[in-house]
Amino acid sequence: MTRWISLGAGFVFVFVLLVAFFAPREATEPDPLKALHLKPRNVQWQHDGPLGFGVLGTFDRAQLQRGYQVYTEACSACHGLRYVAFRNLEALGFSEPEVRAIARQRQIADLDPNTGEEITRPGLPSDHFPSPYPNETAARAANNNAYPPDLSLIVSARAGGQKYIYSLLTGYQPAPPGFQVTPGLHYNPYFHSVQIAMPPPLMPGRVEYADGTEATVEQMAADVTAFLRWAAEPELEARRRMGLATIGFLIILSVLAYATYRRVWAGVPH
Amino acid sequence: MSFPWAQQYEPKTEFTRWLDSRLPLPRFVWNAVGPGYPVPRNINYFYNFGVLAGVALMVQIITGIILAMHYSAHVDTAFDSIQHIMRNVNEGWLFRFLHMNGASFFFIVVYIHIFRGLYYGSYKAPREVVWMLGVVILLLMMATAFMGYVLPWGQMSFWGAQVITSLFSAIPLVGESIRMWLVGGFAPDNATITRFFSLHYLLPFVILGVVILKVWALHIPGSTNPTGIEVQGPQDTLPFHPYFTAKDFFSLTIYLIFFAAVSFFLPNALGHPDNYIPANPLSTPAHIVPEWYLLPFYAILRAFTADFIISAKLWGVIAMFASIILLFFLPWLDSSRVKSASYRPIYRWFFWLLVIDVFILGWVGAMPAEEPWVRIGQAATAYYFAHFLIILPIVSMIETPRRQPNSIAEAVLGPEAVRARPASRPAEGGFGGAMPQPAE
Ligand code: HEC
Repeated sequence: MTRWISLGAGFVFVFVLLVAFFAPREATEPDPLKALHLKPRNVQWQHDGPLGFGVLGTFDRAQLQRGYQVYTEACSACHGLRYVAFRNLEALGFSEPEVRAIARQRQIADLDPNTGEEITRPGLPSDHFPSPYPNETAARAANNNAYPPDLSLIVSARAGGQKYIYSLLTGYQPAPPGFQVTPGLHYNPYFHSVQIAMPPPLMPGRVEYADGTEATVEQMAADVTAFLRWAAEPELEARRRMGLATIGFLIILSVLAYATYRRVWAGVPH
Repeated sequence: MSFPWAQQYEPKTEFTRWLDSRLPLPRFVWNAVGPGYPVPRNINYFYNFGVLAGVALMVQIITGIILAMHYSAHVDTAFDSIQHIMRNVNEGWLFRFLHMNGASFFFIVVYIHIFRGLYYGSYKAPREVVWMLGVVILLLMMATAFMGYVLPWGQMSFWGAQVITSLFSAIPLVGESIRMWLVGGFAPDNATITRFFSLHYLLPFVILGVVILKVWALHIPGSTNPTGIEVQGPQDTLPFHPYFTAKDFFSLTIYLIFFAAVSFFLPNALGHPDNYIPANPLSTPAHIVPEWYLLPFYAILRAFTADFIISAKLWGVIAMFASIILLFFLPWLDSSRVKSASYRPIYRWFFWLLVIDVFILGWVGAMPAEEPWVRIGQAATAYYFAHFLIILPIVSMIETPRRQPNSIAEAVLGPEAVRARPASRPAEGGFGGAMPQPAE
C-alpha cells in the first residue's frame, strides 16, 4: 500500500515537472547592460596580507589617515558615516588631542540644555560622524533623486567589497560609442546599471596629502577604500589576531586529542 | 543502558552512594555517554557528526543568549543594535560571527549526519523513531534559522521574510489570512520582528528537548555501523567511554578548527552582502536568496513553473514541504532489509546520484530564475522526488544484496579470530540481533 501511494505521488510530481520542463520558454532578449558591465578589478591592499589571503594583514595606518582625509574632503558632503564615532579614529593612529580637534571641526545637532531649543554645537570625541542630510528625502532632493548611501558599511554591503568600491571610484570613463547616457547620470561600467548618479568624486589633486604622497585618482581611491574597509570592519585586526591564537591552540589540542585517541585505542581492532 | 553486557555503574564514594539512592544523575550520565553504553566497535568518523551536531546546538544557544542581551527587536533599532554589538560590545563581533557561522556549521554537520544515515540505512527498523525525531529537528532548525536571519532587519531579512511568508498565501481560500496571521500585518513589520525574536529564542530549547528524546530512543537499539549488521554480543561493542569520548573529542577539535577558520577569517563569506543594507520595504533587491543551507529547497520551490490543475505556486509550496515530509516515510519506502549501502550494489549508485542532485539543487537555488537554471532545477527536482518515491521502493524490491559478514566482530577481526574466540554469550540470533533492553 505504502509503495503504491509513494509511486503515485512520485509520478505526479515528476509529471508536473516534466510539463514545466518541456513548456516552451518565452524568448528573452539578451540584456545589453550585461555585455557592458565589468567585474571589479583585482587590487590588493596591505591589510590583505601576503598573497591576499587576509590572514596576517594589518592596516597601513598612514593609508587609513589619508583615506580619512579623502573621505572628509571629497565624500562627506554627500555621504554619512553614522556608525563611526570620532573617538574610533584613535585606531587610525590619531592621538587623543588630535581626535578632539577633529571632532570640534564638525557641527553636531543637539538641544540646548537650558532652553530645549534645537542648536548645533562643536563635536565631541563621543559623537558619531554627522550625516550631511537630515533625512533621505532631503538627500534625494539634493542629488537628482538619487540617494547617496551611508558609507559605514558600504564595503560589507556590496558584492566584491573593497575591490568593487575601488573599481567604482576609478571606473568613470567615456561611454562606448552609440550608448546614450541618461542626463544627470555618469557612465561607469562597474556600477550594476553602468550609469551612476554620483558625479566622479575624485580628480587628480582633489586633496593635498600632508605626507607628500601624490594624489592620483588611483591613490585616493585605494586610500579611501582602505579607510572604508576599516569603517565597516573595525574589529578586523583584533579578529585576525584572535583567530590565529585560537587556531594555534586548537591545532595543539587536536594533536594531543589524536595522541590520546590512539593511546586509548591501541591494540583494539575496529 | 541497552545491551545485557553493558558495564554497571557502581558508586565508589560515600557521597555518590548517598546521591545514587536519591538522585541517580551520575548513573544516568554514566549509562548515557559513559562506560555503560556499548557502541559498535567499527563505526567510522561519519558517526561522529551526531555529537558534533549537539555541540553546534550548544554553541548557538550560548552565543545566542549573549547576543540577546544586546539585541533590540524593533524595526527602528534592530539593524543599529547589530552594529552596536559589532562595534561597542566587548568581543561582540566575536559572538555575532560565531553565532552567524555557527548556524551554517550546524547545518553542514546535520546534512552530513543525514547523508550518513541514508548511506548506512540508519532509518530502518528498529530505529524509525530515532530517524523521525531527526526530521523533526531538521524542520525546527530550518524554522529557527529562517527567523534568526530576519532579526538583523537587513534587506535580505526583510525580503526573505516577505517571500517565505507569502508562500502561505498560495493555500486556497485561507492562505492570505494565514499569511497575515503569521507576519502580524499586511507586510513584515514590527509585529513580525518581535514574534520572530520570541520564537527564535524559544525553538532552540524545543530542539534541545527533541534531541534528548532522540538520544533516548537511540540508546534502545544503539547506533548502526558501517556493516549494517546488528550488534550480537560483547565482542561487537566497546564502551562509549573512553573509546568514543576520545574519538569524538579528537573530531571535535578538527571541527572547531574549520569553524574558527571561517568565523575568524571569512566571517561574511557564507552570508549575503545585501543584509548589511538596512531593510527597505520600497526597494526590492535584484535577487532574493535565502541562506545557503535552504537553497536546495528554494530550488524545489521555484522549479514548478507550470499551472496544472492547481497553480504553479501552490505546487511549489507543496513540493517544498513534501521534500522534507517524505523523509518521515523513508523507513517504509525502503523495504530492503539490508541496511548498509556497502552491501547494496544498486542503491549505492542512486545514493551518490542523490548527493550530486542535492548539490545541483543548491547551486540552482542561488541562481536567478533564468534559463538554463530553471530547466536544470526542474530536472534535479524531478530526480529528487523520483529517488525517494519511485526508485527507492523499486530498487529495494529487485536488488540482490552482496553477502554480508556474519557479525561485526567477523568483519573487524576476520572469520578465524571469531572462531578461535567464541562469543562469551551466544548470539540471540535472528535478523534483529541481540534483544535490546529498554532504557531505564
Ligand atoms: C555630490 C555628492 C557625492 C559625493 C561628493 C560623493 N558621492 Fe558617492 N554617491 C552619490 C550619489 C548620489 C550616489 C547614489 C548613486 C546611484 O544610486 O546612482 C552615490 C553612491 C555611492 C556609492 C554606492 C554605489 C553603489 O554600488 O550603490 C559609493 C560606494 C560611493 N558613492 C562612494 C563615494 C566616495 C568614496 C566618495 C568620495 C570619494 C563619494 N562617494 C562622493 C553622491 C556623492
